[in-house]
Amino acid sequence: MAAREILQGTAHKFGDNVNTDVIIPATHLVSNDPVVLGKNLMAGQDPGFASRVVEGDIIVGGENFGSGSSREHAPLAIKGGGISAVIAASFARIFYRNALNVGLPLIESQEASAAISDGDQVVVDLGSGRIEDVTTGKTFDVPPYPEFMQRIMDAGGLIEYVKKEM
Amino acid sequence: MSQTRRILAAHAGRDSLTPGEFIEIPVDLVLANDITAPLAIEEFGKLGVAGVFDRDKVVLVLDHFTPNRDIASADQCAYVRRFALEQKISHFYDGGEVGIEHVLLPEEGLIAPGMVVIGADSHTCTYGALGCFSTGMGSTDAAAAMATGKTWLRVPDAILVKLTGRPHRWVGGKDLIINLIGILGVDGATYASLEFDGPGVENVSVEGRLTAANMVIEAGAKNGIFPADAAAVEFLRGVGVKASESGIEPDEHGYLRQIDIDLSAMEPQVALPSLPSNAVAVGEAPHVKLDQVVIGSCTNGRLEDMRLAAQVLKGNKAAPGVRLIIIPGSPRVYRTSMAEGLFDIFLDAGAVISPPTCGPCLGGHMGVLAAGERAISTTNRNFVGRMGSRTSEVYLSNPAVAAASAVTGTITDPGEIV
Repeated sequence: MAAREILQGTAHKFGDNVNTDVIIPATHLVSNDPVVLGKNLMAGQDPGFASRVVEGDIIVGGENFGSGSSREHAPLAIKGGGISAVIAASFARIFYRNALNVGLPLIESQEASAAISDGDQVVVDLGSGRIEDVTTGKTFDVPPYPEFMQRIMDAGGLIEYVKKEM
Repeated sequence: MSQTRRILAAHAGRDSLTPGEFIEIPVDLVLANDITAPLAIEEFGKLGVAGVFDRDKVVLVLDHFTPNRDIASADQCAYVRRFALEQKISHFYDGGEVGIEHVLLPEEGLIAPGMVVIGADSHTCTYGALGCFSTGMGSTDAAAAMATGKTWLRVPDAILVKLTGRPHRWVGGKDLIINLIGILGVDGATYASLEFDGPGVENVSVEGRLTAANMVIEAGAKNGIFPADAAAVEFLRGVGVKASESGIEPDEHGYLRQIDIDLSAMEPQVALPSLPSNAVAVGEAPHVKLDQVVIGSCTNGRLEDMRLAAQVLKGNKAAPGVRLIIIPGSPRVYRTSMAEGLFDIFLDAGAVISPPTCGPCLGGHMGVLAAGERAISTTNRNFVGRMGSRTSEVYLSNPAVAAASAVTGTITDPGEIV
């Protein structure tokens, strides 16, 4: 993933506390393949969800998105399921870190999380930190990642970052 | 400084640290299990290093889907097993040596105050009960640490949890933490450390502290930490670890928040479906009909938990229609429970005694719930579908409440049974 690209897709709206058992139930944690995991994306809440995602779509969550277990399979399933980014009011700590490590863009914005409706067309400009809800015409500016994390993003994830540092 | 920042500063070679700053520090132990290690090993392979940074400081435990529930999980374990043998990992737990990781590691003498422990498992925060910094991360973070012996961290703010009072007979670490999560909410401590202190600490057993620290992640915390007091030092001596007492020093940055908890006023707690923060006193829990009771897990699979369950179950039977599953958390807990005669009590009560495994806690195997079923469980998460069907329900409690509920078939205060 290029760290500062422009993403566009349809918003899929979820509520608060979307946990990793919702994102990918533990029973499916017998593969590390993002595409295999992606087939059961959000199966803990909506088993038909994965089949409705179009490549590039965006998940919009509420508070504490990604809470629960440390399974990196969660951001992998989101990526493998065809989702290009997650916008949420707030993220759980381990999920945030895992997403950074695997190169899944996360955008924290209470305003965008509240204002975007299910089915809206959304554009995320990772370089400028701007979210646009094309359907409603509203825009939201989000602060950049902390500089240390941006270096990991720019490297293309933690493994590439560590290789450069070693 | 807070106890957490003191440990992180010592590892960073600094006199002090400010919350919010990023540091890269050496780690003393890296943990992964049969779910998270395969992905960590894959990522480790991409780093192009010959071996792990220290074969004595990487711990691999095959505890989640073991004894293997299906071919896919067997393949995952085989992959980890090959890596462990190739890398000559000293602390690799397989077969009859397997315990549930967070029950096992303290027993094995692998945890000491002042350490920095990271694990590819969210409940790695358990070890803070023994005065160390420990936190859960993902597989890639574990892979990087396995290769380099280092990790990066954002220095956390601290929330002080001040304990006073002596809890009554059926109240312990589980009730303390469910109550606290109820106060904080499931994201009330996100990015922060939860630091337990106060005169009430000595009234919580070391095993109860392990239970409490285990669930700080359920409030979003980065880590939880207790002072390594005389009881902790004694516990550590028992597992062959020499340690000295350490407490919390005054924190010049202050705390984000202070929460005061009087243990003497607390009733046994139950977390209602489907968040650990839905805390109520056992007397206020609804009288639902239960299908299953699970006593075990990294939260409550220790010897004290087995003894508490046995005190309630002695001379009693699980109610008709209730499946009672008891999971001693490690080979040592298993053997000691057997030697103390607890297994006779459990079997007389109609329980299934499982080998140590995470199994049903995460809906893996050994007690998955059917559609519409209800369970009370001493585990740590009651999310929708956590133990099986999306329409099943999980109530969380301590082992005594779970045992009493098995006897009556509905959520019950152990005081009514014993």
